[in-house]
Formats: sequence, structure tokens, C-alpha cells
Amino acid sequence: MDLFEYQARDLFEAYGVPVLQGLIADTPDEAAAAAAKIGGTVVVKAQVQVGGRGKAGGVKVVHNPEEAREKASDILGLDIKGHVVKRVMIAQGAAIDKEFYFSVLLDRSNRTFLSLCSVEGGMEIEQLAVERPEALAKIAVSALEGITLPKALEIAKAGGFNDELAAKVAPVFVSLWNVFKNEDATLVEVNPLVLTKDGDIVALDGKVSLDENAEFRHTDREEVSIAKVDPLEAKAKALNLNYVKLDGEVGVIGNGAGLVMSTLDVVAYAGEKHGGVKPANFLDIGGGASAEVMANGLDVILNDPQVKSVFVNVFGGITACDAVANGIVGALNTLGDSATKPLVVRLDGNNVVEGRRILAEYAHPLVTVVETMDEAADKAAELANR
Amino acid sequence: MAIFLNENSKIIVQGMTGAEGMKHTRRMLKGGSNIVGGVNPRKAGESVDVDGTSLPVFGTVAEAMAATGANVSVIFVPPAFAKAAIIEAIDAEIGLAVAITEGIPVHDSAEAWAYNVSKGEKTRLIGPNCPGIISPGKSNAGITPWDICGQGPIGLVSKSGTLTYQMMFELREIGMSTAIGIGGDPIIGTTHIDALAAFEADPETKAIVLIGEIGGDSEEKAAAYIAANVTKPVVAYVAGFTAPEGKTMGHAGAIVSGSAGTAQAKKEAFEAAGVKVGKTPSETAALMREIIAAL
Repeated sequence: MDLFEYQARDLFEAYGVPVLQGLIADTPDEAAAAAAKIGGTVVVKAQVQVGGRGKAGGVKVVHNPEEAREKASDILGLDIKGHVVKRVMIAQGAAIDKEFYFSVLLDRSNRTFLSLCSVEGGMEIEQLAVERPEALAKIAVSALEGITLPKALEIAKAGGFNDELAAKVAPVFVSLWNVFKNEDATLVEVNPLVLTKDGDIVALDGKVSLDENAEFRHTDREEVSIAKVDPLEAKAKALNLNYVKLDGEVGVIGNGAGLVMSTLDVVAYAGEKHGGVKPANFLDIGGGASAEVMANGLDVILNDPQVKSVFVNVFGGITACDAVANGIVGALNTLGDSATKPLVVRLDGNNVVEGRRILAEYAHPLVTVVETMDEAADKAAELANR
Repeated sequence: MAIFLNENSKIIVQGMTGAEGMKHTRRMLKGGSNIVGGVNPRKAGESVDVDGTSLPVFGTVAEAMAATGANVSVIFVPPAFAKAAIIEAIDAEIGLAVAITEGIPVHDSAEAWAYNVSKGEKTRLIGPNCPGIISPGKSNAGITPWDICGQGPIGLVSKSGTLTYQMMFELREIGMSTAIGIGGDPIIGTTHIDALAAFEADPETKAIVLIGEIGGDSEEKAAAYIAANVTKPVVAYVAGFTAPEGKTMGHAGAIVSGSAGTAQAKKEAFEAAGVKVGKTPSETAALMREIIAAL
């Protein structure tokens, strides 16, 4: 889960990372009030989870509350690469002397953590990595040892900081590590980290991604609802289903992330022969799914107006095929006459004979049971193209 | 032969007395695995009857190993306690620890892995978030259905559980030496490369199927490893060609970020290494059947 800048700022503040004042505003009036409260020169910053907002007109420096109201009015509602701005942060202005870069992130390839650091900050880090790779230090960070003060000094020096500056930024790196570790983050990035003309180190922007698997350790976190959430994805989440909305016409339900991803691919290939139809979603009902979970999954997919046909692809390992069949029967019974979309079902594995028997006996006109994954994908694509 | 797990494997189950642990202990026993006990500090000294087999419960992995000679542990402990369970297995220096648990925080996996490295990797860790490992006809440590396919010359290594089952099913008339699900989390113990190296060295294994998916660079590294080190024929399959950027496809690790981790890049890496890549699971199985027929 990615945080908005203002959330990252608040987290930083709680961990003693130096930040400037920042207040959120959802209306131009709130923006003017926030600017008045902070006083002086402030920056109106669009809160969107996408890069390049500055170039898109999402960041403006203003000098008084009236100007803040005006610019907030321009920025709120702005579409930045498909992300509509619903909230701005009014941030205290800073007189910047130098800009730096620091991040700590999961290094999957080496099964450890990694810190990236450069005394040359401000620009996009991908650009720096390409244009001046020697200026970007990459230092492995042990999951057991973390970033201690000596480690932070090592990172800063590798990033090109002189001794005086390294001594200034190192304690901030330690605090940012504490954010990373204690909040179960997979990324903490500050770009830019600045030296002000007054000689202070300040995190002017922040990007934080949190590990959803660790939510059980952070039950006090507020749910943030300003991001654009697809209504079907929200419904699926409420039902505890692993669902991702895609753009096509063939609804897909299966068990296991790998098999469902594979099913999407097989449907897309089959679609090439049937008018270019594509998968409409990813939905993994997981291992050992009950009839109820199956029925909930069908409910979400059949409510997607883009869906023209549904492909249920289950290889029963722990999941029993009879439970899947009963889930299909239950969902169709609940829908009654409002069920209009054809279902193609492929079952194999655990209790497959019973599963197929249940569907054969039910003999619903919308349900077609097909032997193999390839044939089923072909049938589902054909039905979606009618 | 087979890799990592064979007829001499003596298995204990960490979290055996929980619902998941009990269900799968029963299934493993039914499939012929030699389960010798379980671990649960709160039930130490008790024993559990599983379909007529009485299994002792020990307080720690070390005690269970001392009493039973166990050399494999399968871990079904819930996510919040899984790191401690893995570290306990590492401290006991058990040869193989298979972490089935799904949903372990990545900081916990990173710490457990760093701990294993700091202790000299005396324990082979498989997973977490994986179906485990099965050497058909010999032993099964995990949740893979034991009756999909029998013993044979194919070695299988896969990031995905259900695709492991699907591929075993597709190739059931040939059979497998060992099928290993390494898991779809960002940080895992045993990698594609570890399994490839072991299959290369295993005389029973004549050919290898590798299954990957979007996210990370495990497949690209495996491709380079195959080109340099593997003489046995390998066919590969990669899931997730249609996955959009930035959306996690079920597995915590299955995400395309920017240009990194795409299925297309992985496929190209395999093909550059001379590995045939199937477009679908069935096509991958067909490629493997051709290879076996030509052996």
C-alpha cells in the first residue's frame, strides 16, 4: 500500500525526521485557511500517488491565503496521469540551499534491504541512476542490523556527502530506518532531502510503501479513502476476495495466484481467435475455498457490466471441486432469472468426480463443463464474443 | 534419488495441533510421508492420534529432533508467529524447513533469511507461502496432493502452488522425481537456481520444468544459471503476460514495476539461454513430452 505525501510527512514527524509544517485541504477555502495558519510563503501540493505532479501543474508556490485559495481551486480536480486530485497539502515554504536523495527499500534480488543515497538530489532518481550512476550509492542493509549511526555515516559518505554534511544527515537516516522497520515499510524515500539556507536538514517530500501482510501489527492505522478505488474492487475487498479489475469481457475465477494469472494469459490467447476479447479480471479464491467464497466471487464478477462470459478454472489441491460446484449452484439459485451470463467451468483435482456430477445433475442452461483449461478458455472467449 | 526430500526423510510438523497443521498432517500421512511428531510448546508431552497413528508433541524443534531423529520440519504456524518458528528450526539446525504459511510480513522473512545466512545456512529453507515439496512415492512435506502423479524422471520447480499441481497433472503419465514449490513471496529461501543445481546433480532427474511468474528477477537469474551450468534439458513456463503494471496479482511478489519483472522479459531471458518456453501450461507439458520421448 502506497501512502500519500502528507501521510508520509506525518509518519516522519512522529519518528523525529525533520519536516516542515504541512496541513491538508480538500477545498479552496480549507487551503486558504491552512495558508493563513502557516503564514508567509507556502506551497500548494497535489496529493496523488503518481510521479511528475510538478510538471503537470500540481505544485504551486503562493504568497498569501487568497493566492492559496486560487491555486488550490486550480489543482483540486486536476487529472494527473489518470489520478484526479481530491486533496492538497499546504506546506510551509523553505529556502533551499542544497538538495539530496535518500531511500531504503526491499532488495528482493539479494534477499535483503538496500539504501540508495546521493548528495545530488532533486531530480528523478531513475534519471540520476542512468545519467550519473557513480553519484548514486547503493549500500546493502542487513535486516538484522539495520541502519545504526555508523552505518548511516557509511551510507552518507558513499553517497558523496562531506564529513560535515554526513554528520548532519546521518541521524536523519537512522530515523528514516526506524520508520522503515517499525512501520513494516517496503520503501521509504525522501527526494529531496534538503539543506536549508539556515543550515537545517529537512525532508521536503516523502514516499512510503507499506507491507499489507503486516497490517495485523498496525491495527491503529486510519483507512484512507481519497484514492480512486474501483467499486467492484472495493466490494471484493469487503468480501475478503483477492480481485483485480481488468479491461476485458471474460470474467475469470480460479484458485491460486499462479493458476489464475496463467488463466488470464490463456484467455487472452484464445481471445485472439474470437474478436480480441480479453480477461475482465483477476480473482483468486485461494486454497481450501468454501462454496460461500465461490458464490461471493461469482457475485462480484457477474456484477461487472463489462463481463460477457465467465470462466471458472479450478485445480483442486486443498480446494474441493464439489465445494466449487456447490458454490456455482448456490450463486445461480440466488440470482434466479437475473442470471444471464454463460459460465464455462473446468474442474480437476480434489473431488473432481463429485464436482462434475453436481454440475451435471444441476444441468443449468448457462453452465458448460469443459474438460481442459485450453478448451474452456476457447469456449469462454467464444461466448464473450457473441 | 530425488532432491531435498526422500524415503529417509523424517518429518515433524510445527503447528501440528492447529486446524491447518492437523488437516495437512493427516493428508501427508495418508500419502505415505514418515511423520514422526509435532511441535507446540503449550502441548509438549501430549500425543495426538491422527487416523490411528499416535504422534508425540514436543516443546521445541530441538527436542523433537533429539527424540525422533527428525530431519525435516513443515511449518504451519500463523503469520504473526512464523518468523519465530523458522528461527527455531534454524537454531536447531534441522536439514530442511518448509514454511507453508501465507501472509508473513516481508520484514519477518527478511530477518529469518538473514538469520539463516548468519548461521551458515545449515538449514535449507523452502518458502514461505509455498505448497512445499513432494518426491512422489517417497515423501511429501507440505500441502501438494500426493496422488496427482507418480515417480518419474521430471524435476519441477515452481513459484506457484496450483501451477505445480496443474503441471504434475499434465505430466502424470510420465511422473516426477521431485516437485518443489518455492513460493511467490518477495523473499524466499530456496530459489529456482538452488533447485536447478540439485536437479542437475540428481541421477533420477532427466529433465526439468521451471515455472515462473511476474515480479522479481529470479527467472532471469535462473536463465543465466541454466546457460552456464545445466546440461539437462529444461523447459520453462511464465505466468502473467496479461498482468498490468503496478497491480499485485495475488502473490505478494507478483507485481510488475516499471519495465522490471515482466513475463515477456523473463521469456526472452529463457529463450536467450536456449530454454524452450511454453505459451500455456499444456504447451509446456507438450514440449516436455517431446523431450522425454527423445531421451
